[in-house]
Amino acid sequence: MCRCCYPPSCPTSMAGAGGGGNDVQWCFSQVKGAIDDDVAEADIISTVEFNHSGELLATGDKGGRVVIFQQETENKSQPQCRSEYNVYSTFQSHEPEFDYLKSLEIEEKINKIRWLPQKNAAQFLLSTNDKTIKLWKISERDKRPEGYNLKEEDGRYRDAATITTLRVPVFRPMDLMVEASPRRVFVNGHTYHINSISVNSDNETYLSADDLRINLWHLEITDRSFNVVDIKPANMEELTEVITATEFHPHQCNTFVYSSSKGTIRLCDMRASALCDKHSKLFEEPEDPSNRSFFSEIISSISDVKFSHNGRYMMTRDYLSVKIWDLNMENRPVETYQVHEYLRSKLCSLYENDCIFDKFECCWNGNDSVVMTGSYNNFFRMLDRSQRRDVTLEASRESCKPRQVLKPRRVCAGGKRKKDEISVDSLDFNKKILHTAWHPQENIIAVATTNNLYIFQEKMN
Amino acid sequence: MFSKGTKRKFSDGGEAISDESLLGARVASSYSLQRQSLLDMSLIKLQLCHMLVEPNLCRSVLIANTVRQIQEEMTHDGSWHMVTEAFCSAGQSPSERLVATEVLCRSREQDAEPKLFSVISYEGCREEEVVADETLCSVSVSNTVSNVCLAGRMGQCWEKSELSGVERDEEVLEDSRLGSGEDEEIATEDGASTESPKTIGQVFGTFEIKNGSPGPDSALEELFSDVDTSYYDLDTMLTGMQSAPKMGPYDLLDSLAPSHSSPSIVSTPNCRSDLNELDHIMEIIVGS
Repeated sequence: MCRCCYPPSCPTSMAGAGGGGNDVQWCFSQVKGAIDDDVAEADIISTVEFNHSGELLATGDKGGRVVIFQQETENKSQPQCRSEYNVYSTFQSHEPEFDYLKSLEIEEKINKIRWLPQKNAAQFLLSTNDKTIKLWKISERDKRPEGYNLKEEDGRYRDAATITTLRVPVFRPMDLMVEASPRRVFVNGHTYHINSISVNSDNETYLSADDLRINLWHLEITDRSFNVVDIKPANMEELTEVITATEFHPHQCNTFVYSSSKGTIRLCDMRASALCDKHSKLFEEPEDPSNRSFFSEIISSISDVKFSHNGRYMMTRDYLSVKIWDLNMENRPVETYQVHEYLRSKLCSLYENDCIFDKFECCWNGNDSVVMTGSYNNFFRMLDRSQRRDVTLEASRESCKPRQVLKPRRVCAGGKRKKDEISVDSLDFNKKILHTAWHPQENIIAVATTNNLYIFQEKMN
Repeated sequence: MFSKGTKRKFSDGGEAISDESLLGARVASSYSLQRQSLLDMSLIKLQLCHMLVEPNLCRSVLIANTVRQIQEEMTHDGSWHMVTEAFCSAGQSPSERLVATEVLCRSREQDAEPKLFSVISYEGCREEEVVADETLCSVSVSNTVSNVCLAGRMGQCWEKSELSGVERDEEVLEDSRLGSGEDEEIATEDGASTESPKTIGQVFGTFEIKNGSPGPDSALEELFSDVDTSYYDLDTMLTGMQSAPKMGPYDLLDSLAPSHSSPSIVSTPNCRSDLNELDHIMEIIVGS
């Protein structure tokens, strides 16, 4: 087994196999966004999220815009045809704000988007920037009423004297129009920057978390929220830990978790008390003394936490690894996967250039058998839990031919670099994949590089 | 990228030091150089955190914790004590590079509780003495309130908006603006607009989004309402500040205390608006 290469699993045993469960091979499907290398700041993608059916894929960017793609319903009788995602709606969700007192701009960057389960013809999503959460309704209009009695078709009012008959207006088809309208704006709930939102399984409430507090909102009520977690110390100078992410349990509407910068996850039960400062469970892995360094705490900081679809596990992402936790076992994770262990010897440089603070997200596939997370050099990692295999793939312009199969990538940490391997020092740390999403049912993944969205699909036949 | 150890040089005899201990000593000194370098880098990062495109409280907290860790380790192996002692005995000219630290300390006004190393030397400053926390060292000298000063090249650092690699182990920073006393109060008001170094509390305070704050009009009114007297105060402040104690990056260590009680510097609304105005004027002068 090659020891100088990562991932540790030897490539020969996985010849040609992709990373999904059951030897899925991943192929390029589409790429969205500007092709040129000149990245406009506003176009930097900051969040990616499939809706509950997977039909819609939403992205948020630094410019405060939300772009929603819709999967084209393909002919099922032709399985070779791939369903493509095309732009469905684009709207400006948040605008930059200016705090005059502090001479500070409040960024319009969309930090998170979360879809609500669909209840009627319209779709709803929550989008948030650092300060304000908005509920957007996205609805289709494909019919238009015609035949008004008092108005002409162009809207001008008819002269009442000319009206001699009455008629019933009828709906006639028109070109599909997708409208996005803000239905609720949840303001002034947070003093610090909002880092995550999570919709409850009851479809009535949701959580929003900033660095120090977590609030519970009702979707109908915008002027009030309940504070359920507050870790702000009386004296800010005693602050040593912040909240990094929060999520509701997918089925139990009273349960949520939040992760911290110290590598702990707390599970809280809202039935226990109104203020959930006291956790029900504390998940923390004891530190490995052999790996201790000044950077230990920083790399243990959890950047993302996600429940599995079945609600039995949760996954956390810290700087170098992904951990799967059984909700019934608090003292250590049940599985740990190294994402890019070759970076451990480079932590000082990564601290210097601030890369060590990058917040990578992670996601589960539909049946919780595979997890995915991003890395540098536009690499992303597929970690197969059931088969205990992992693979590194790359989202690059070079592999953009339709249905081109992605080749596994390998990073060489030291020693002799083999052909097709890339050495750690050649990695581009500006090309980071922080945001990824997996279709809830199919093997379709959305991977966001700096300003492009790549969609990969399972190779057919 | 730091190497784990230094290359062994061929020592040309004469000394009875064994190779092993020589190598050990080299490794140790290289480690402490690395550690010092990391400390300096961290302090610079903390100072400059408000210059980031995206303010990030999590990042600042993690950096502050790293600084604490380094300090604790340095305290444990005595090198912290040596550092501060060295500066204590050094000359007191402003141009000299000094390190002033108040580590894991309480509020400035109180001197009841024992403090860790507080060393300051600067003209016009109150003198400090090296003190040590009872939990870390057994030496306890005095417990005067410390105000921290630093000499260095802060101006240069501000111009470089990105951190350069810390090649210089003993780079220290200089602040040439507001004195430390006023910093505490104004921090939460105009954290980002002032470039003066801050305590940890101030650094963390700058991440607050002020909601429901009075609109720009009332703030302006407040400014204009006492414009006459404020100029006098401004003058006093400006001239007073030349000799006021100056803060530097090590001042951040000031506020890394787990049991730090908040400084009770009271600021009247007048003072606050004056300081806002002062900031505004300084911005014009500095041309930021």
